[in-house]
This record gives sequence, structure tokens and C-alpha cells, in this order.
Amino acid sequence: MMGTVFDIASWVLLTFGGLSVLIGGIGALRMPDLFTRMHAASVTDSLGAILVLTGVMLQAGLTLATIKLAAILLFLLLTSPTASNALATAAMLAGNKPGIDTTSNRSDAQ
Amino acid sequence: MNPARDNQTAPGSAGRLRAYLMFTVLLIAAWVLWSGMFKPLLLALGAVSCALVVYIAVRMGYFDSRVFALRFNLRLLGFWAWLLKEIVKSSLEVARIVLARKLELSTRVVEIDVSQLSPVDQVILGNSITLTPGTLTLDADDGKLLVHALTAEGAAALEEGEMLRRVAAIHKD
Repeated sequence: MMGTVFDIASWVLLTFGGLSVLIGGIGALRMPDLFTRMHAASVTDSLGAILVLTGVMLQAGLTLATIKLAAILLFLLLTSPTASNALATAAMLAGNKPGIDTTSNRSDAQ
Repeated sequence: MNPARDNQTAPGSAGRLRAYLMFTVLLIAAWVLWSGMFKPLLLALGAVSCALVVYIAVRMGYFDSRVFALRFNLRLLGFWAWLLKEIVKSSLEVARIVLARKLELSTRVVEIDVSQLSPVDQVILGNSITLTPGTLTLDADDGKLLVHALTAEGAAALEEGEMLRRVAAIHKD
């Protein structure tokens, strides 16, 4: 009985996780410039990773695998913003200024 | 680029050696725990990995300042719970923008003054901003965070400063 409950919860989490990964991918394609694309991709990075890994954890149950998955999630959530920051800084150093080549917005872009 | 190298508040050589050793022991314990296998090849790979990580850590000036500066406490867990809620909320917002027929963007770049926070808390805040979809930390320099926001509302929420207050509350003694 409890197994079924965990299975259902796990599949709900995995479905919504897969959905966020898909939305992140669509957004990365639709957005106009690098920085807005990174915003879309971060849906995949944060919510997608959290939902998918939590869903897999429910499948694994109370085992060492779950602890390893939790560690993977923790390290992923610590490192992915660091990587994003490195990418954004590199883009700015390369002269890719935010807000200038964003086309379809109401911002203060020239 | 490397603030740690500028202020050489280095601990004494004995303390430094202890930090090296603790760090190495921690890495080896992590490797053995995660791998759980004791074949010579895997142990050798583990030893090489640990040595490489220690070398990189020394090179980037990790031991020049206080090691293990991130302390865990219950308030950090509370912050994570709040951050999770924010991630879900802003993910839904970004998903709505992405799936809308017409992209409704109003990108902003805002500067947030974080000079009141310790360096570790500045990193926590910068990473938390990046982790929530719709806001992205571009640069951290001189007690200021440069943040790119997908919408004007996101930028306004950030300037209002709830996240800053919550980060400041984690390590307040």
C-alpha cells in the first residue's frame, strides 16, 4: 500500500521534472539573447533537477543510493549557479553586454 | 580576480598543515563512502583525484583564508525551505513567459549593495539569486552584486530585499 503511494508520488515528481526540463529547453530556443536564454535554462537546472532527483530518490527508498542522490542534488545546486556565474562573467568580459541586443522587450535598451 | 591572494591573513604553517590534512582526509573519506569498492584501480584513481583536488584548492588560494567557513545550522535549513518555495514560484513564472504565444520580456539590470554581508553570505546570496529562475547574478565585485532580471517585477522584488534579509539572518549570532 505504502509502495503504491510512493510510486505515484515518484511518477508525479518525475513527470513534472521532465516537463520543467522540456520548458527550459523550449525557452532556451525561444529567448532572444544569451542572458535571457540562461534564465530559461535555469528552470532545467534548478526545478528540473530537484523534481527528477527527488522522484528517483522515492524509487530508491531508504538505501545508500538515496543518500548518494541527495548528495548529487546538493552538489548540483551548489555548482550550477557557480557555472552560470562563470558563463555570465565570461560573456560580459567578451563584450556581450546585457540589455543591448535584446530585441523584443520593453526594457531600457537603446 | 583573486581577492584571497591580496589579503594574506594566512594562518601559521602548523595550522595550514592541519587544514591540508583535514581537507585530504575529508576527500578520501568521501571517495571511499561514495565508491564503496576497494579494487586497487579504483583506490588509485581516488588517490589521484584527491591529490588533484588538493592541488587545485591550494592553487586557487583556498587555504589562504578561513577554511570550512560555511557552517551548518538549523536556520540554513529554514532558508533552503524558503528558497525551494521561491524556486518553484519563479519557475512557474518563467514557464508562463516561455510558453506564452508572444514573449513578454522586460529585462532589467540592477545593482544590489551587499557590503553588509560576509564574503560567504555574499556567495550564498549570489548563488541563490542565480538558482531562482528569472534572476541571474552577472558579477560580484566590491560588495556589490550585478543582477540581470528577466522581468521588471523580478528586479523590483530583488531590490525590495527580502532575500538579502533572509541570507543575513542565517549566520547572525
